[in-house]
Amino acid sequence: MDVVINGERKQVTAGVTLLELLQELELDPRAVVVEHNRQIVRRPKLSDVTVAPGDAIELVHFVGGG
Amino acid sequence: MTTAVETTRDTLLDIGGRTFQSRLMVGTGKYPDMDTMVRAIEASGADVVTVAVRRVNLDRSKESSVLHFLDPKKIFLLANTAGCYTAADAIRYARLAREAGFNDFVKLEVIGDEETLLPDVAGLLEATKVLVQEGFKVLAYTNEDLVTALRLEDAGCAAVMPLASPIGSGLGLLNPFSVRTIKRRLHVPVIVDAGVGTASDACVTMEQGVDGILMNTAIAAAQDPVAMAHAMRMATIAGRAAFLAGRMPRREVAMPSSPTKGMLD
Repeated sequence: MDVVINGERKQVTAGVTLLELLQELELDPRAVVVEHNRQIVRRPKLSDVTVAPGDAIELVHFVGGG
Repeated sequence: MTTAVETTRDTLLDIGGRTFQSRLMVGTGKYPDMDTMVRAIEASGADVVTVAVRRVNLDRSKESSVLHFLDPKKIFLLANTAGCYTAADAIRYARLAREAGFNDFVKLEVIGDEETLLPDVAGLLEATKVLVQEGFKVLAYTNEDLVTALRLEDAGCAAVMPLASPIGSGLGLLNPFSVRTIKRRLHVPVIVDAGVGTASDACVTMEQGVDGILMNTAIAAAQDPVAMAHAMRMATIAGRAAFLAGRMPRREVAMPSSPTKGMLD
């Protein structure tokens, strides 16, 4: 199924949870913050939320800045 | 190197109930490479460093996070909302930053103009009110306007951060009078943020009596960032020490330093 991750359309396994999605993308859940359809999903809840087609997911972290 | 602080009685910088040793805070952007950044932060003596919230690079995620190079146990990470042009965006970025799990401090920026990066003070106040309500310790990046600074303090900011001059400009402290006035009238810490270009700018800024100074480009864009970080550390200490020492009054006429009596006929 298609979802939008960080503004890019991506194909991911149907019915995955957010935690499984991070694993699919080889991202450490402790190192990213997840926003799912504009709602922040806390780390302990990542395995409770299932991704649906067309969902908008933002994965952010800290980068250098002033 | 630290003689100036040792010989001067000073209190610790306290922001929102947390105390910090250094009055110099530094950014982590625009360094030529991560090794230089780490060594510059070390040389600056800063214990607060700012970071930005951005999308993970899905292709090269392991290399891009600044946290691979900084130890959050040793350094206080102050997330910013740089790049946000509305209160709503700034609030969204602040919430994401807090979710990273380090602290509830945010360096709040709501930018109003692309060319000057000057703050949108209406949006800044609006975002401050929401974030303070949500328990954030807000350090608000603002211009050197007293009334805005007062409103930000009323809204519950943990610190107010007037600019020395526009972000990344290196023009130094353009309006010492306004910054001094803000410091005199506010109760919360005043941290000058943005615009210093070299060590004398940091020193003059600290001589105004402000509680601290935050800079990024002045160090990162210097020809030798590590050496400039060291210079900034000393300048911040010198400026603070001079402020505490209390400068002599300015005079419009000269006054001899040597005795006028005892001169030969």
